[in-house]
Amino acid sequence: MSSHRVAGKGRIDTTRPVSFTFDGRRYSGAAGDTVASALLAHGVHLMGRSFKYHRPRGPVTAGSEEPNALIGTRRGPGRFEPNTRATVQEIWQGLETTSQNKYPSLKWDVGAVNDAGYMLFSAGFYYKTFMWPKSFWDKVYEPFIRAAAGLGVSPSEDDPDRYASRNMHCDVLVVGAGPTGLAAAHSAALAGAKVVLVDEHAEMGGALLSDPDVQIDGAGAWTWLASRLAELRALGVRTMTRTTAIGYYHQNLVGLCEKLTDHLPDLPADTPRERMWRVRAKRVVLAQGALEKPLVFHGNDRPGVMLAGSAQTYLNRFGVLVGKAPVVLTSHDSAWFAAFDLADAGAKVQAIVDTRDSVRDDLRAGASARGIEVRLSHTATGTSGRLRVKSLRVAPLRADQVGAATEIACDAVLMSGGWTPSLHLFSHTKGSLTWDDTQTTFLPKDTPEDCHIAGASRGLWGYEAALVDGDKAGREAAQALGLKIAAGRFEVAQDRTGSGVSHRELPSDRSPARSKAFVDFQNDVTAKDLRLAVREGMRSIEHVKRYTTNGMATDQGKMSNINGLNIAADALGKPQPQVGLTTFRPPYTPTTFGCFAGYHRGSHFEVTRKTPIDGWAEAHGAAFEPVGQWRRAWYFPQPGESMDDAVRRECRATRESVGIFDASTLGKIEVMGPGAVEFMNRMYTNPWTKLGIGRCRYGLLLGDDGYIRDDGVIGRLGQDRFHVTTTTGGAARVLNTMEDYLQTEWPDLDVWLTSTTEQWATVALNGPNAAALLAPLVEGVTLSDDDFPHMSCAECTVAGMPARLFRISFTGEVGFEVNVPAPMGLRLWELLWERGRQYGITPYGTEAMHVLRAEKGYIIVGQDTDGTVTPYDTGMSWAIGKKKPDFVGMRGLARPDLQAPGRKQLVGLLSEDRSKLEEGAQIVFDPNQPVPMKMVGHVTSSYDVGTSGRPIALALVEGGHDRMGEIVHIPMPDRTIAAKITPTVFVDPDNARLKL
Amino acid sequence: MLLIHCPYCDETLPEAEFTYAGQAHVVRPADPSGESDADWEAFLFLRDNAKGPHFERWRHLHGCGRFFNAVRDTVSDRFLTTYEAGLPRPDLSTLTEDQP
Ligand SMILES: [Zn+2]
Repeated sequence: MSSHRVAGKGRIDTTRPVSFTFDGRRYSGAAGDTVASALLAHGVHLMGRSFKYHRPRGPVTAGSEEPNALIGTRRGPGRFEPNTRATVQEIWQGLETTSQNKYPSLKWDVGAVNDAGYMLFSAGFYYKTFMWPKSFWDKVYEPFIRAAAGLGVSPSEDDPDRYASRNMHCDVLVVGAGPTGLAAAHSAALAGAKVVLVDEHAEMGGALLSDPDVQIDGAGAWTWLASRLAELRALGVRTMTRTTAIGYYHQNLVGLCEKLTDHLPDLPADTPRERMWRVRAKRVVLAQGALEKPLVFHGNDRPGVMLAGSAQTYLNRFGVLVGKAPVVLTSHDSAWFAAFDLADAGAKVQAIVDTRDSVRDDLRAGASARGIEVRLSHTATGTSGRLRVKSLRVAPLRADQVGAATEIACDAVLMSGGWTPSLHLFSHTKGSLTWDDTQTTFLPKDTPEDCHIAGASRGLWGYEAALVDGDKAGREAAQALGLKIAAGRFEVAQDRTGSGVSHRELPSDRSPARSKAFVDFQNDVTAKDLRLAVREGMRSIEHVKRYTTNGMATDQGKMSNINGLNIAADALGKPQPQVGLTTFRPPYTPTTFGCFAGYHRGSHFEVTRKTPIDGWAEAHGAAFEPVGQWRRAWYFPQPGESMDDAVRRECRATRESVGIFDASTLGKIEVMGPGAVEFMNRMYTNPWTKLGIGRCRYGLLLGDDGYIRDDGVIGRLGQDRFHVTTTTGGAARVLNTMEDYLQTEWPDLDVWLTSTTEQWATVALNGPNAAALLAPLVEGVTLSDDDFPHMSCAECTVAGMPARLFRISFTGEVGFEVNVPAPMGLRLWELLWERGRQYGITPYGTEAMHVLRAEKGYIIVGQDTDGTVTPYDTGMSWAIGKKKPDFVGMRGLARPDLQAPGRKQLVGLLSEDRSKLEEGAQIVFDPNQPVPMKMVGHVTSSYDVGTSGRPIALALVEGGHDRMGEIVHIPMPDRTIAAKITPTVFVDPDNARLKL
Repeated sequence: MLLIHCPYCDETLPEAEFTYAGQAHVVRPADPSGESDADWEAFLFLRDNAKGPHFERWRHLHGCGRFFNAVRDTVSDRFLTTYEAGLPRPDLSTLTEDQP
């Protein structure tokens, strides 16, 4: 038996020993222990160092609100988790755990010098200290902060675990399976509702697990609990343990994180580590209970100082005496019961020190019967002990004057500053709160959600009150769903009711400046810090919180918020409700990224769209680039080639003979119907009425503001049918825009829009030999300038496949784009590849495509334009149907600013020193002007691997169209480059190469 | 996650099926070129910033694909009603948060 284990106590199974390690040392525990309870059973309180001062710390709680006992847990490679609460983590055979924030060891820590420098590290320390000199940031301050900050150590390996996500629908979701939640689930289920009951602990029962002597309906609490749980299951209630309701979202959507494997010695092959449940409940009952508050006094963070209710939990649930000679320090009745339970289990309770001047007779009688000394009207002014509390210094209070102090020797201090209703999920609903002066706390008021809150979480105290209120909440939830049930009845004996008072920091004879009375244990925030923040001008609780970091740690101020508020309100001289409470936000407790990500990781993180020819490109060594959700062949390097080598070769081959390009990702929209021509006239800048069947036109799409949104070649395949192409990344956006105008502005038009992007595979052939290669395969069209000139389109047969053939060019060479049904795309590609060998056919990727088009001055929307560029700015006024009464963007183009002189216009740039300009580089007219210089434009496209014999660039330059031949300057970090403004077309300005 | 009622499908479905599409009842003029600069500016750029009921457009993108109108309270983030595109503004005084 471990030194502090009490035989016959607790719900652990001592017949099933479990061994685990903490900081390399082996400890034994029992099945059902948490890391904290197992270590406490060995008398170990010291479990970590604090975040800022590296002060030795032990557990203050027995639950998920624990601020101090944060540990790392390990289960082999990749399975390390920092900041696990030792009070929640169940032990299993072989578990490895480590303490945090210590160097070189937990007992001897170098960082504890911060503690000695306490006067320096006060509120706003970071804001004040690291301000200047500016040059210190990179080399001094940031490395210091990075080394000192952070809680625990991040895992560095990939997470090998799997995480699942599920949806659930139910009539009533009950959060919290203490007496309130059990009663609520029972009445709702009896009424016929489909009920789900969740609890974050390993077993259900809540406070009942820590109070076995309470009698309910004639049975002990644990017997009643077991039969009630059996009854709930028989009623069809779904019960979920180790399941935390992390957030309450709109319209009764509650997120649950269910932990499935963290407590198991062996990982089952078929079970995820965690499961995220998205529960849409018709009604929600919140029964989260209440959280005990610490008392704020000098040295209240020493290992061995713990919440009284938690000591009671360690005893009754885990069979552990947290101290053999504890002293109880309280302002609430509940701690008296903790004292009684510990005394009855063999502890020598040194004293019950109560700040109040009178307490109930039955409590005094209970103390007297156990021979426990009682000191009323007393305050605590300090503790002693280095790694474990050795004594509590107490002093009598007379009319708020602190009298002569005495030391009480002890090995634990069990404190209680009263209880705070857990309002976290209620606050997530935007529920309003009301201040209760009697209890010195906020209570829930109204919520916009279909939500009930019951029991201790609305300030009720005692088991009977909780059961009755839970029963009522379950009944009301059922009633809201049209189900009826009579009120339940509960016979409760030996109930533990109580009340108390709330304090700011306890009165002390110690200088406030030298007092380390902690409010937020996790972030090391003291009462002094909060008062200092107010003195330095913080007025709102939100400012005080951020300046001091009170309540900003991973426990979100579960223990510190109300104490912090009481102190700040006092310092501000205002009542608490006028100071207000900071906002609780999801998640309720720290939740893994894995749980949120669920299945969406690795290749499932985002869709990768691939064309039918993608596999061929991969087999032929293509390098790929992402374009929107597509992965596109970027270039096809041959052995030993750099990217530049490959792109240069691909460009040359296309200009000299024939290149083949996978254009399947181009967006394609079929526009059909009697109103199709009118629709096209209204959508695109160009005129479409006179475009003949079998002809194509470059179409430009603007927003109503007049700026370029998209472009693409559009073919007219019939009187009522257009084959519209869009940019690869713009397809969905263009279709959405078209649908918007069609559905909501022009419902008079009889038009259907269909996305056909993935129905067609598109193979582009470009180069002087493109026609010679393709012609023998085409049936129904003669590939001559007379019969099928540039900008023609036709439905025909290519290599026996039904095809839509376009003669268009995005390279400046003779070009064809063959669309065949997607499943035939690879067959067409391979056939052209085979038959093209005689011409030295070369596959080219998106990079060569970009170079070849830039040499012709063809824009890429989104690269050469940025949402503030008009067709006039890009020199494409020819694309505008000026006789049309309207099109999207026509009125926008007439806006004064879009007509004003000095707009940035698209031009070519040739660097004087023949160097390649950097895309995105800023342009100035006068390189000798003082900094900051006036920037007059930027480089939009730049290449030096093309066929024009020198690097080329496109740029947007103020008034560029009227500055042909002028020199502009591009300041770079190492030099300033001069460049000449030119037209945008660098190759074949007369388009002679487009002819056969 | 909100639940949104599509007036075309007549189903109440999760927000993830829908996309927001800006303020509702902003009508594109029949003859934009006849609009003054100020009127055109108002049509293009000026939008309400309501605290409370807001008329807005949504699209049931991953469903029927239709654009429709809605009244949503920007304070409570509740939909007061949804209705087909082209219908007039509903009377706010008749709306309660209990409508689907
Ligand atoms: Zn729909």
